[in-house]
Amino acid sequence: MKIVAVTSCPTGIAHTYMAAEALEQAAKDAGHEIKVETQGAAGAEPLAAEDIAAADAVVFAADVDVRNRDRFAGKPLIETSVKRAINHAGSVLAELEAAAARGPAPAAAGPATETAPAPATKVDQQAHLGTRLRQWLMTGVSYMIPFVAAGGILIALAFLFGGAEVATKVNGGTFQSIKYPGVTDLSKLVAQAGYAGLLFKIGATSFAMLVPILSGFIAYAMADRPGLVPGIVSGLLASAIGAGFLGGLIGGLIAGAVVIAIKQVKVPRVVAGIMPVVVIPLVSTLIVGGLMIVVVGQPIAAAQRGMTNWLNGLGGTNAILLGILLGLMMAFDMGGPVNKVAYTFGLAGLASGNLKVMAAVMAAGMTPPIGLALATVVRPKLFTKAERVAGEAAWLLGASFITEGAIPFAAGDPIRVIPSLMVGSAVTGALSMAFRATSRAPHGGLWVIGLIGRPLLYVVAIVVGILVTSVCVIAAKSIGRRVPAEGEAEEAVVPRAAPAAG
Amino acid sequence: MAEVITADLVDLDLEAGDRHEATRKLAERLAAAGRVTDLDGFLADVRAREAQMPTGIEGGIGIPHARSAHVTEPTLGFGRTAVGVDFGADDGPAHLIFLIAAPAGGGAEHMTILASLARRLVHVSFREALLAAPDQQTVVDLVHKEVLGR
Repeated sequence: MKIVAVTSCPTGIAHTYMAAEALEQAAKDAGHEIKVETQGAAGAEPLAAEDIAAADAVVFAADVDVRNRDRFAGKPLIETSVKRAINHAGSVLAELEAAAARGPAPAAAGPATETAPAPATKVDQQAHLGTRLRQWLMTGVSYMIPFVAAGGILIALAFLFGGAEVATKVNGGTFQSIKYPGVTDLSKLVAQAGYAGLLFKIGATSFAMLVPILSGFIAYAMADRPGLVPGIVSGLLASAIGAGFLGGLIGGLIAGAVVIAIKQVKVPRVVAGIMPVVVIPLVSTLIVGGLMIVVVGQPIAAAQRGMTNWLNGLGGTNAILLGILLGLMMAFDMGGPVNKVAYTFGLAGLASGNLKVMAAVMAAGMTPPIGLALATVVRPKLFTKAERVAGEAAWLLGASFITEGAIPFAAGDPIRVIPSLMVGSAVTGALSMAFRATSRAPHGGLWVIGLIGRPLLYVVAIVVGILVTSVCVIAAKSIGRRVPAEGEAEEAVVPRAAPAAG
Repeated sequence: MAEVITADLVDLDLEAGDRHEATRKLAERLAAAGRVTDLDGFLADVRAREAQMPTGIEGGIGIPHARSAHVTEPTLGFGRTAVGVDFGADDGPAHLIFLIAAPAGGGAEHMTILASLARRLVHVSFREALLAAPDQQTVVDLVHKEVLGR
């Protein structure tokens, strides 16, 4: 039998190579031919296409996602953990022979799950799912970060060169009693809004892709290439119905789950060929799109209406309480519907001459990215490499009142990050109200400091919020992580049985 | 490039109550040899890897390891213990403990040495020779012969 294998482990310096060696030895003993691709730190020497084409069966011995697994589509496949490959290479190959005898995998891109060892206990399964969930979210985030950086910095530059009115010039609306029609014909963009408007439009377009890319690549991480279409469509719909990044996050997960479910359906041979190209994209996109519009969309729209009414009723009461509340809302979903309600409330205040609400909203929207950026510098070890890179861009994004700069962090670890951001923004919102700072600008962050009333105290409010955010994030990340790394608690969360760990 | 292992990185009578202590004792040897710049920082990186999944494999072997910013060059620390230390393998405690330290930004060339070392660990003959080694220099020679082919 001709076999190809891929081995891969978290660090890529030990088990990857041990599993490769063990499989090679076992194959030699059993009289098989094997070629192994080690996706480790020494760099992966990719398998030759003709070796893959000639192979009778495929082994993945991996504790992390195998790169470019669609190369092996349609081959009989065994997926197992690196440890099992090291400890029991012989029996892995015996299973592989049985799988090869049964013929190719049912769906072209689907793993032959019936041959993979089943999780041993419920606890193991849960621990496993948690790790997978984080991997899925981080995959989405890592593809999203370049869009945040490119779009965010362009928008920041637009405010820097064009002033606070550039957004209104491009999108239309009223700013400081001047009514702008907005740019509908892009060929007149520069004439109407100047080169700052050009920067803003390009940046805003890149930003519009943020949620679709996040949801698309979450689904991609879960279900491979077939997940991409329903994932991206669910993200576009989440944006369209105003469900923001939380909507996109949920949409991506739903899309991935739906595709995985469809892949489980056994279909006749004739249909199998068109499954990945036609049937899976069509059916999954229809299901996911329907769910997004009918199930997810309505509650969000209703919540948004309810909140606006509630806020309007609350306006008369204690200003500091209002500042806290608006701060919490600005940080809750970083550009999503709740954030937009608070922001709209600020705009309404601006229109009716209450400049304090706008100031509090803007200040509270600036602290999340900057607080996170600070945390990545103070405690780099608590963040992934991708997050540290996002942190470098987050300084500028926060200073420009682009709260979305915090999304890469929140998407990867929402439970720890979002509450920390909310605390910091609430402090800033309250302080801004207490200091009676005002803002005549609806956007622009620190670049429109000239339009801020009581600018020094305003900066104090922001700096305090940044520090609070940073301290909370660092504390949350330290507490949550240290427990499983030490002592006996470790045994409970780390799957011990080798088959379950695959 | 320095040798991946030298005699002072070998502990043939390692005494440790658990895997963290075993790792620390070997890491102290690496630190003393100047191959690890920040002992606690390096140990934290090893722990982070160990927490993802225990590194013990069947046949009495534990392989605590990490790529870490606190490592100056690819290094192998070796410990042997008659009593055994649990590294989470299914068939019992580890008697041969390999602490593999790789620099975070290590090039492919460095990693190739560690990769071929990891491959040798699978071989029963290599393990048996290590179990029987009478002194530290024998271990060093064994690694050089098996891994580097000299």
